[in-house]
Amino acid sequence: MDIAAQSIEGGFADPVFNAQTVFRAVMDTMARPGSVQKLPALARPPAPLSATAGAIALALCDNDTPLWLDPALQASTTVRSWLGFHTGAPVANTPADAHFALIAAPAEMMALDGFSQGTQDYPDRSTTLILHVGDLVSGTPLLLEGPGIETSATIAPAQMPRHFVEQWKQNIKRFPRGVDIILATADGIACLPRTTRIKTMEA
Amino acid sequence: MYVAVKGGEAAIANAHSLLADRRRGDRSVPALRLDQIVEQLALGVDRVMSEGSLYDRELAALAIVQARGDMIEAIFLVRAYRTTLPRFGYSKPIDTANMLVERRVSATYKDLPGGQLLGPTFDYTHRLLDPELAAGADVAEPLLRETEAQAMPRVSAILAREGLIEPDGDMPQDHVPGDITREPLEFPMARDIRLQALSRGDEGFLLALGYSTQRGYARNHPFVGEIRIGEVELELDVPELPFAVPLGTVRVTECQMVNQFKGSAKAPPQFTRGYGLVFGQSERKAMAMALCDRALRAKELGEDVVAAAQDEEFVISHSDNVQATGFVEHLKLPHYVDFQAELDLVRRMRAEHDARENPPKGDEKREAAE
Amino acid sequence: MRGQEARDQAERKAAMATLAQSSGDDIVRLWNEAGLPSDAELLRGPETGLVTLRGRIGGGGAPFNVGEATVTRATVRLPTGQVGHCYALGRDKQKARLAAIADALWQDPARRTEVEAGLIAPLRSALTTAHEKRRAETAATKVDFFTMVRGED
Repeated sequence: MDIAAQSIEGGFADPVFNAQTVFRAVMDTMARPGSVQKLPALARPPAPLSATAGAIALALCDNDTPLWLDPALQASTTVRSWLGFHTGAPVANTPADAHFALIAAPAEMMALDGFSQGTQDYPDRSTTLILHVGDLVSGTPLLLEGPGIETSATIAPAQMPRHFVEQWKQNIKRFPRGVDIILATADGIACLPRTTRIKTMEA
Repeated sequence: MYVAVKGGEAAIANAHSLLADRRRGDRSVPALRLDQIVEQLALGVDRVMSEGSLYDRELAALAIVQARGDMIEAIFLVRAYRTTLPRFGYSKPIDTANMLVERRVSATYKDLPGGQLLGPTFDYTHRLLDPELAAGADVAEPLLRETEAQAMPRVSAILAREGLIEPDGDMPQDHVPGDITREPLEFPMARDIRLQALSRGDEGFLLALGYSTQRGYARNHPFVGEIRIGEVELELDVPELPFAVPLGTVRVTECQMVNQFKGSAKAPPQFTRGYGLVFGQSERKAMAMALCDRALRAKELGEDVVAAAQDEEFVISHSDNVQATGFVEHLKLPHYVDFQAELDLVRRMRAEHDARENPPKGDEKREAAE
Repeated sequence: MRGQEARDQAERKAAMATLAQSSGDDIVRLWNEAGLPSDAELLRGPETGLVTLRGRIGGGGAPFNVGEATVTRATVRLPTGQVGHCYALGRDKQKARLAAIADALWQDPARRTEVEAGLIAPLRSALTTAHEKRRAETAATKVDFFTMVRGED
């Protein structure tokens, strides 16, 4: 299959209902940080973009949301044209201009504070990061507390960014500014909004 | 505090069905079709497209019928509809020099390349009501004149050759055009954002402000350099095609106002310009927009801000008739609780006032005692 | 870009422009008359959205946003594999679908002549006639200035 065909195939089969399903999953996991929602493979994006991250991009991104891609994704012409055709989202010139960022290799990603943090007047203008993670059980366990969590919750996402717990502490200090994170595995999602505090299990 | 009061549902439902009845009117009169409105009330349709900020004739016609001819209500309906649609992107800037011209006049040059084309204008009509139109008389086909297609450069380009007029408005190289449909208004405001607000602004409001500049409130010595009306092609860059995709043509009205300017600390004596660009055939609106655009450039050109038309925050904050009607019309909705509070306050103030003005007898004694 | 490729692209764009400017009714009528196949898989749309129309300050200066226009788009794939696109002003979904199929057929060398002759050429000729008529009507309102000489000198 040629690049042109790959970049046009694999969108939502049922755009309205598929987008609503994904949106609902993102909303619920954002509201209950650390909870995991299963998501069927509703989109078939070209590699290395994962089906889950691709579906989230289709549901959330449009012409008004500049999108930043990490080097692994940026290197793929097919991924860029697939996202362009299906979402219409322009590519952000710098991470600080991005409304959304797709990260295929979180372990190698740049620091969280390089993305848009929003402003005191408009904290909603920060970047929402969509991270590909292998799973939510085999990494360093993260003990979560904060709004939307009754007592505590635990997830253990694999291949997280370097010094993530320390970076997240800095992120919380910037409140109400700061980034929010969506963790996308092969078949599900979990979220870390900027209000969630992390305690490592070891600590 | 908000107190919910229920009980209006039946009245509202019945009012809406009464509205539907009155909108339709006498059933023995044929119902209007949208194509009749598009064809025969074309300038009303253009106004709704321009101030509704949505180029779609059939939707504007539907809005006019649904609003019973209330133009601001129709504009409101169109604005509400457009929020339901996704946005595919920003077009490439239209090229008004390359227009299929239907009208083109200049008040500054008699003989200009392409000539003066009056087109379908109300100018030079006698403004006498026409009983024949009321009787539904047949209308003759327009006359034709075969000519070679002629280039029609913009008049501003002709004036520019002498170097006595400022260039077309530029912005810094990396400037991204602002968009008031995406970002809240912030003052001071760049000229591109002002023009977007003016293009959808209320015709009556901008006309009155433009008129005020002519009457001496920020006089800026305007001449119509050029008005042109016609169709321009629209193109959009899309990721899936290696070229800009053609979308079809839209009719627009452009006004280049040329203003004599004696110079200031910031600029030498020259002609300055105001610019108007609106959807459809809307000449008065384009002229008013150009007058306001020029007046609002006062600070940029080093002029004193002395009049309403030069006050950016005043003009732009009040030019949108949907916002204006929303805030004015909300006053008729129930304010029972607010008003009760006001009533208590006024009663108390009145009682205190009366007590001061007409102290009851016996008070002197008590005051003396205090 | 090679010369032939550039020419093909310009011709394809011209065909898309003709389709976008023509009415849905005209396209359907000519489609049926020419017996063109309308069998295609819809990859996207037809769907209606907005395009923000941009002008330039002073006519030729920096771009600014004027307002939105409704646009309907469609992307289709033919059984033979060609992918066609349409974007056109307005809300005519049938027109967008057929114009996208026409664009896909146009890219098939075996079909191009048929599409050009049966659909694009007649549409283009109707548009040209309408434009010429419009221009001639406007030209009839052109002012022919002449000077009245007064006095003795």
